[in-house]
Amino acid sequence: MPARRIIPCLDVKDGRVVKGVQFRDHRDIGDIVEHALRYRDEGADELVFYDITASAEGRSLDTGWVRRIARVIDIPFAVAGGVRTREHAAACLGNGADKVSINSPALERPELIEELARDFGSQCVVLGVDSFEADGDYYVHQYTGSVEKTRDTGLRTLDWVREATERGAGEVVLNCMKKDGVRTGYDVPHTTAVAEAASVPVIASGGAGAPEHFRTVFEQASASGALAATVFHDRMIAIPDLKEYLATCGIEMRR
Amino acid sequence: MKLAIVDVGCGNIGSVSIAFERLGLEMITTADPEAIASADRVVLPGVGAAGYAMRRIDELGLREPIKALKQPVLGICLGMQLLFDRSDEEGADCLGIIPGEVRRLEPTRERPVPHMGWSKLSLHGDVPGLTDGDYVYFAHSYACDPGPHVLASADYGREIPAIVARGNFLGAQFHPERSGPAGTRFLEKFVTGL
Repeated sequence: MPARRIIPCLDVKDGRVVKGVQFRDHRDIGDIVEHALRYRDEGADELVFYDITASAEGRSLDTGWVRRIARVIDIPFAVAGGVRTREHAAACLGNGADKVSINSPALERPELIEELARDFGSQCVVLGVDSFEADGDYYVHQYTGSVEKTRDTGLRTLDWVREATERGAGEVVLNCMKKDGVRTGYDVPHTTAVAEAASVPVIASGGAGAPEHFRTVFEQASASGALAATVFHDRMIAIPDLKEYLATCGIEMRR
Repeated sequence: MKLAIVDVGCGNIGSVSIAFERLGLEMITTADPEAIASADRVVLPGVGAAGYAMRRIDELGLREPIKALKQPVLGICLGMQLLFDRSDEEGADCLGIIPGEVRRLEPTRERPVPHMGWSKLSLHGDVPGLTDGDYVYFAHSYACDPGPHVLASADYGREIPAIVARGNFLGAQFHPERSGPAGTRFLEKFVTGL
């Protein structure tokens, strides 16, 4: 594998960075560009920006802030939020995003994955999955940006990941909803199962609370990257220290 | 110093043009053979799939004009793969500037495909702007054959040629525009003369 990636995730609402717990109660935590620069300087390997309400509000993310980010950073970044058409994706990529992450719109119309992979290449197409544990299995939830609109699709997560990667998704960001914001560690068994079902890189998301959590998900679940928000935004874990620790554990890090 | 980015009408030339913008260059994004020929530097960016890109290059009548360029030309990612004879991706007949083929990477449990992320470079000689062991950012599912034109490689279960050169043509499999300070130094050297 290449160096494992440490990926801060920034939730965006109305062009500002916000943070909620289990997808609720969002509070404003600052300017997008300032956050992007801070994380670049701290050694983040990649950034993800989610316009959390775009999909539920039936619109695509605003490419104005995509360009503002692209101008200032020299590491890859993905954007997500209501990308529903080839044109939306082209606008994001044309404004300097390296990847588009699609979640609810891919569930609405799975052919979108093929259309984007064909025109832009699989490496530009990230599948975001919100996976919810119920009755001993995991199911895909949709429109998780809005409490009122969130729905269980009834699709098993593993089935959806297989289908979407066969259609051309080049990476999976697996968000385990019950772990989101609670800082008790990633869902290692589920991440392992998804990494085994997919032949593309899988990024673990949801649950990071301590450096050991990153170590476990890299060592045991073969995650290509680990995504986190709160622990980085609230400065509970400093990225340089985290990378130092993981490197001491024998996990390859870019430093 | 004028730079032309070859626009074959698809994909993410955004991040490439912004990276050169940061270096303070006068730049045009164009598919006009004359504008391309008159630039001091030419960039063939990395976008989409090889078959589609070559069809667009042929439709735009750019195959021979690109091959005839005498100024420094940099192909990035797919743009580097197009410099070779042929690609497995849609069986594309490429530019044939550098001998060799481009093949699909086979995924394994430890090495998913695309090869995505930061891999360490090992330099086979002097590469301006880069140091042995620099990490650079890759995002690709196809890779070209190893051979005498390879100046630097990464390891992903097989050798991944990361920088290739022949005459005035240079190729980078990784994305220098997204590879931190190392990538920026590499682009600067391309602009200021190799």
